[in-house]
Amino acid sequence: MSTTTPELHTHGGHEEGHNPYHQHHFATMEQQFDTAKIGIWSFLATEVLMFGGLFVGYGISQGKYPAEFVEAHAHLDWMMGALNTIVLLVSSWTMVMAVDAAKTNQRAKLKMYLLFTIACAFIFLIVKYFEYEHKWHEDLMPFKYYGTGETGIRPGDLMPGSHGYATFFSFYFMMTGLHGFHIIVGIVLLAWLYVKAGRDRFSSAYYTPVDLVGLYWHIVDMIWIYLFPLYYLIS
Amino acid sequence: MSAHTEHSHAHGGPAVYTANLIGLLILTGITVGASRIDFGPANTVIALSIATVKAVLVGLFFMHLKWDKSVNAIIALAGFLFLGIFLMFDLIDLNNRRDPLPRNTPVLAAPTAVPESMNPLTTPAPKPWVAPAKPVGEAEGEHEGH
Repeated sequence: MSTTTPELHTHGGHEEGHNPYHQHHFATMEQQFDTAKIGIWSFLATEVLMFGGLFVGYGISQGKYPAEFVEAHAHLDWMMGALNTIVLLVSSWTMVMAVDAAKTNQRAKLKMYLLFTIACAFIFLIVKYFEYEHKWHEDLMPFKYYGTGETGIRPGDLMPGSHGYATFFSFYFMMTGLHGFHIIVGIVLLAWLYVKAGRDRFSSAYYTPVDLVGLYWHIVDMIWIYLFPLYYLIS
Repeated sequence: MSAHTEHSHAHGGPAVYTANLIGLLILTGITVGASRIDFGPANTVIALSIATVKAVLVGLFFMHLKWDKSVNAIIALAGFLFLGIFLMFDLIDLNNRRDPLPRNTPVLAAPTAVPESMNPLTTPAPKPWVAPAKPVGEAEGEHEGH
């Protein structure tokens, strides 16, 4: 992020037509923008690998406990998952519209689309909260807390005492929890952009932070695109 | 930066983004619909294929990879490439194992009830085993016989 910190260079004198956001260690504004992009894409690649490890672990466990995973996934409400998928896709659209508004000097539109994106993020978290609360009441907790605590046996399971149920909900809470954490980080970043947009910091000459947060927001959406069918729609 | 502003209208634009959103929503509907039909073992493959098409749409249009410098696409693909290598070796390994989980996985719950006689809290510990001593006379007699 350090490359994108908008720092006013009052001393000036680097070149003619000086952009106040141009940092002196970059030859041109374009080079500065491209460097920031390479930085965020490298970060996004590590995000793919981090979630990838969890996806592989999930796949191995599903191979080990196919019947338990199908039975456990019936406790997830696919309507809630589909609703959250739509909410995130719409928020991705509002985010890319915000980037476009920043690029074309439409400050009011930029602020409006940022607000819509933040609203979508909160809707996502509220839906997630209701899902988690439902699991809590059904005693569908991860790890050793599955079922009635110490025994790990839940009345009504087809294979009582099997590790498969607790494994499914461990992965469910770990992956959706990590994803939810990314949503919260995204809300903080979007709020920061909104404040900056209010101070008129972004224009066609400088909108790097909007672009980078947008890319982060899209990867969070992309991860959910995989989480949704793998958790809510297995058979 | 001036180069970016000149091309900004050629890069995507609201109409492209809205069309992309509609496409993604339709694909979400197809995912849900496909999950209702039983394709047997192909279920997961179909679901993941549709998800990958959606991810590519997000990457190309929302994340601007279609118009960006190709170095960004190369970094993104490298992430997925290494995930693919990881997945491939895992699948090779899984296909050569009968039990994919380690043997020392802690037991979460006993599948069968443990008899009360084995409960250490209610049953006193058994007496330590002592080797039975041979009768002294018998041992001596054997030696005398030779």
